[in-house]
Amino acid sequence: MAGEGSTPAHTTAEQVARESYGRLLAHLAIRWRDLAAAEDALAEAFAAALEHWPRSGIPAKPESWLLTVARRKLVDAARGAALRRREDVLLQLSEAVDSPASFKEDFGDERLRLMLVCAHPAIDASVRPALILQTVLGLQVKEMAGAFLLSSETLNKRLVRAKAKIKLAALSFEDPTVEQLDSRLSILLEAIYAAYFIGREGTLVDGDANDQLGGEAVYLASVVVSLLPQNAEALGLLSLLLFCEARRPARVDAEGDFVPLLEQDAQLWDRSMLERAYELLQRASLLSTQGPFQLEAAIQAAHCYRLRAGETPWREIALLYTSLVDSFPTIGAVVGMAVAVAQAEGLPSQGIDILRRIAPHEVENYAPYWVAMSHLTQATKEEAKRHLRRALDLTTHPRLRRHLEKRLAQLG
Amino acid sequence: MQYMILFNQEAKELERGRDDPSSADYWEAWRAYMTDIYAAGIVKSGNALQPPFSATTLRIRDGKRQVHDGPFADTKEMLGGYLVIEVSSLDEALEWAARSPSSFTGSTEIRPVMTMNAGP
Repeated sequence: MAGEGSTPAHTTAEQVARESYGRLLAHLAIRWRDLAAAEDALAEAFAAALEHWPRSGIPAKPESWLLTVARRKLVDAARGAALRRREDVLLQLSEAVDSPASFKEDFGDERLRLMLVCAHPAIDASVRPALILQTVLGLQVKEMAGAFLLSSETLNKRLVRAKAKIKLAALSFEDPTVEQLDSRLSILLEAIYAAYFIGREGTLVDGDANDQLGGEAVYLASVVVSLLPQNAEALGLLSLLLFCEARRPARVDAEGDFVPLLEQDAQLWDRSMLERAYELLQRASLLSTQGPFQLEAAIQAAHCYRLRAGETPWREIALLYTSLVDSFPTIGAVVGMAVAVAQAEGLPSQGIDILRRIAPHEVENYAPYWVAMSHLTQATKEEAKRHLRRALDLTTHPRLRRHLEKRLAQLG
Repeated sequence: MQYMILFNQEAKELERGRDDPSSADYWEAWRAYMTDIYAAGIVKSGNALQPPFSATTLRIRDGKRQVHDGPFADTKEMLGGYLVIEVSSLDEALEWAARSPSSFTGSTEIRPVMTMNAGP
């Protein structure tokens, strides 16, 4: 959507793309039940806008203009595909809604429905985050491929296949039933979480290619919250992402090197963003529905408490990790718990015991485990170095590699 | 939308005898499922198949026929039967698949049937 040039028509088109792309696509895709065709038609409508608006002036209701053009493109394409019988109905449909008073009032917001289609369990889990980013925010394949550690070609192929499956297998564009909603929503929230952390190797490292993607994931989470303001886990996810975003200014030092959480200068954290994150977490807790994102947000909240109290409340963090591991176990949570328990008790051996209880095959390729192991075995330098080298072997992110190399050098 | 539901099970399940008393529950589960799905009026066609050992697989390579005993793939689960059903969405097809006895012991695959106006 983003074209070069800065005429008023370009600027308006870009604004509309930014604010309404997902709404427009959701509206078209839900009625047409074909995500790929709706996307093509909308892209053509934007192209037509850039051609017509500079000459004929920017329409009073740019979204409606785009929608009308996109609908005609869809009808034309269907005509080409010899779906003549549907044609009349579609023309009626497009004329009936040709003159809406206001786009947002007349069309409502169907982005959640579209996101839930993209988060259907029948869609390959690895492509869901990219599919949601593309359909709701209109991100281009080349903008995302790097963060997903894929070539543009490979990512594009997977996205095309996912969209073909939505059409061929007739994934339902209806709202999920009440029984389905919870599980579908948690897949959606996980996909947004993955979009934020993708390519960051399970840590909170900023990759230059991922900075934008991180911001877009936060935006997606806030869209879900605005559509489901009473969902505790959606609030929890947005809170979690904001706690992480708030620390962004402290995460890289003047030399461009990665600074781990415990060494960050808390004064650099974004206080207003932290306030928002605390507030969201509080709203979530009032709803009394437990969930993994709320617990993870609470852990990040406790870490950020250092800004007020001067020190990290390790005992609380250890407790939070323990409930996370009890109710929603993941390897990442167990590793976090090991470090927190060791810090809270002042006994590295307790953390090491927790780490050793994880089955070896589960962590052979998981760098954070080896970083934690190295951290807890500092007393025996050779062992700590051995674990750190293992972590280094598993790490590809350049900034994170530089950081691990520096730590290795510090161990002598 | 038409979907083919493929019932995949391990050979030992597929080779259960109809008169084996220890298999009474097994056959009852299938009978109940088939009764329900036919009663819903969505079944277009379908068949149970003879056990996998009765299968023959053919490939033509370099113009030569290669005929093998058994089903095509050396997997644990094999196709035991199928139904073609007419429902409105994948979610609805999944609901029916979730009730199939094969989903509890093996797996159930759902594939959209290709129709004339919806190519791949």
